[in-house]
Amino acid sequence: MTITDETRRADAADVALFEADEVTPRTNTPSPGDMAIGERRTLRRATLDERFNVIGALAAAIALATLLFGWFTPLTGPVGWVVVAFVSFIGFYSLLVALRSDGQEVRDRIMTVLLVSAGVVLFSALIFVVAYTLVRAKDALPHLNFFTQTMELAGPLDPLSMGGIVHAILGTLIQISIALAITIPLGITTAVFLNEIGGRFARFVRTISDAMTALPSIVAGLFVYAAIVQLITHQRSGFAAAMAITVMMLPIVIRASDVVLRLVPGNLREASYALGTTRWRTVWHVVLPTARSGLVTAVILGTARGIGETSPVLLTSGITAVANLNPFAGPMISLPLQVFDFVKSPEPSMIARGFGTAAVLLLLVVLLFAVARLIGGRGPGHLSDGQRRRVAAASAADLERMANAASAAPGRHAATSTELPAASPPELENLPKEPSQ
Amino acid sequence: MARPERHGVAVIDERRSLAARPSRADSIFKTVTFSAGAVTVGIMLCVGLFLSLRAGDALSVAGPSFLFEQQWSPETGVFGIGAILLGTFTIAIIAMVVAVPLALGTALLISEVVGGKLRGLLVSLVDLMAAVPSVVYGLWGLFFLQANVIPVSQWISTYFAWIPIFRVSDASGDVLTEASAFTSSAFIAGIVVGLMVVPTQTSIMREAFSQAPVGEREAALALGSTRWGMIRTVVLPFGRGGVIGGTMLGLGRALGETIAVYMIISPIFTINWQVLKTGTNSVSALIALRYGEASEFGLSALMAAGLVLFIITLIVNFTASSIVARSRSGAESG
Repeated sequence: MTITDETRRADAADVALFEADEVTPRTNTPSPGDMAIGERRTLRRATLDERFNVIGALAAAIALATLLFGWFTPLTGPVGWVVVAFVSFIGFYSLLVALRSDGQEVRDRIMTVLLVSAGVVLFSALIFVVAYTLVRAKDALPHLNFFTQTMELAGPLDPLSMGGIVHAILGTLIQISIALAITIPLGITTAVFLNEIGGRFARFVRTISDAMTALPSIVAGLFVYAAIVQLITHQRSGFAAAMAITVMMLPIVIRASDVVLRLVPGNLREASYALGTTRWRTVWHVVLPTARSGLVTAVILGTARGIGETSPVLLTSGITAVANLNPFAGPMISLPLQVFDFVKSPEPSMIARGFGTAAVLLLLVVLLFAVARLIGGRGPGHLSDGQRRRVAAASAADLERMANAASAAPGRHAATSTELPAASPPELENLPKEPSQ
Repeated sequence: MARPERHGVAVIDERRSLAARPSRADSIFKTVTFSAGAVTVGIMLCVGLFLSLRAGDALSVAGPSFLFEQQWSPETGVFGIGAILLGTFTIAIIAMVVAVPLALGTALLISEVVGGKLRGLLVSLVDLMAAVPSVVYGLWGLFFLQANVIPVSQWISTYFAWIPIFRVSDASGDVLTEASAFTSSAFIAGIVVGLMVVPTQTSIMREAFSQAPVGEREAALALGSTRWGMIRTVVLPFGRGGVIGGTMLGLGRALGETIAVYMIISPIFTINWQVLKTGTNSVSALIALRYGEASEFGLSALMAAGLVLFIITLIVNFTASSIVARSRSGAESG
């Protein structure tokens, strides 16, 4: 083969690459001719055989358990029936699978059944716990006075159409607000310290705050009871309860925010430093906005934990039936403690109120959780469409401002004033999207 | 090696420092964040020191017998957490027996078996369940589980009485069978606490399993292993740290759980090995029960009990986090 041949061929290849749209593809699919093409097989769905195994084993197990319990042996009780049915289902199922497959396959099927049943047991138990509370709450919740009155005038024997829990709702809101007013600034600043300043002391702070996540909440309550209620205020109050919640929530918020801040990409920080910003401006304009959704999620999940905790409040807030808006004087009850207090009574109406209060608490937690999910669904740096538009608008405004400043003082910024107006705004609108992708 | 001789009278400059001097805004920023860290540490050390100091009074009176004495009457000087600590551990261990298989199975189910939208739904559901207040679990345990689990307790004690912990007998050794002997037991409290900690454990284990490298999974499948074979040889060894760490974090929560336990158990101050029999106790339930009527010294004794509980949960948590950090899955998650 001569050199000219090679070059010619290389040229031809280049041309072919260049005109790749026109030339025929190199991979040829042979035409099937008159051979019939079968239906495309689905790879993911269970085959008829497998489905028969499951259904057949299930039917056999139910039949066997019913036979054992109904006719042959003196076994009784629904729990026993379920256990016998489950064990015999595993037996029948492995027998059916073994008819067609080897030992490996049988083991795989049995383990899959066990995993699925663990999941079914767990989720049905958890959903049942929640549903039980909501169902038992249906006696108390339809009464509107439940949300507008206090228990001040309602005795234990009064019907559900008297009295309510507005005092507990207010107490919870006041206590959690005080706790958040301390936790959010302190917790997030500490997390910033751990991530942005670093050093030996930061490692020490991280170790201590990790250790404090192990603090049992009742011990946090006992601390506040002995240190604040007994030594300083000499009475139980909403403020003391808020302090107990703070001691419990602070490590949770620090830990979660620390994790979120660690996820902020280092190149964003480096880009900011490369533009000559100070540390403080990098944190304020780059790190915190990037991690905003994650931080909000961390705070909301911490709030959900703090709202639901009964034990620290049990020791510190005191029990009352009156609405008390002053956190510094007198007892102030909150929702979880009110639940606890209601169900101590043997009266059915009080227990119904207890379930109603628990349902309100539960719905509050679910609401907070849903909000957290809505906000925190994205990772750091991922913007929603609206946020992206706002960022684009802000940078277009910046551009205009800089261009105006440059044209106002043409002597000082000669280089930039010639280039900036040349770029058309629509092109620049794409710029802010880059880091988020 | 000889340095090249310098020509003429060139002055050797001082070596310049490369560290930039922080601007004033920066030093303010640094001071503010540093002091936030210091305040946090201050609060937390304050809790620890205060607990230790106040607990010191009671511990110096009781001495080492504090850990073994069963009675709790600080007024007469005879008090200890022997029975209470045993009850705490009994409840926590029963909780683990309930929780770990469920958590392990569910975590594998979510990360390996189901896919698509269902997986996202189940993950959210597990996280939501971890946020459900413990008083809700307590209500369920008190009003539903208590009544419905007694036949199961009776059945276990009838057929497994030859195992000492499942035996239910009175002081003279006679076997009890009536339902009232089975209420408010460590078994019931353990089931409730177990259900409460399952979501936490599940979410930690799932996190570890889902990080198992795709390449190794595919290698196992390509060698012809079944899904369970792949899980056994790739996913479980990879996630071992997550399994142990998740279990221990759940154990830490189970040891410290107060309100659900307090609602269910009937407190006693003697050692009760029979987990199905009425009566048990836990450190946090003891604090919730006795803090109101406690004298200055009684409060100090409660602080000592709380301090012991805190030290135990601290050890459990730190062991857990160091195991997670040393495992492969933990190392890669940073």
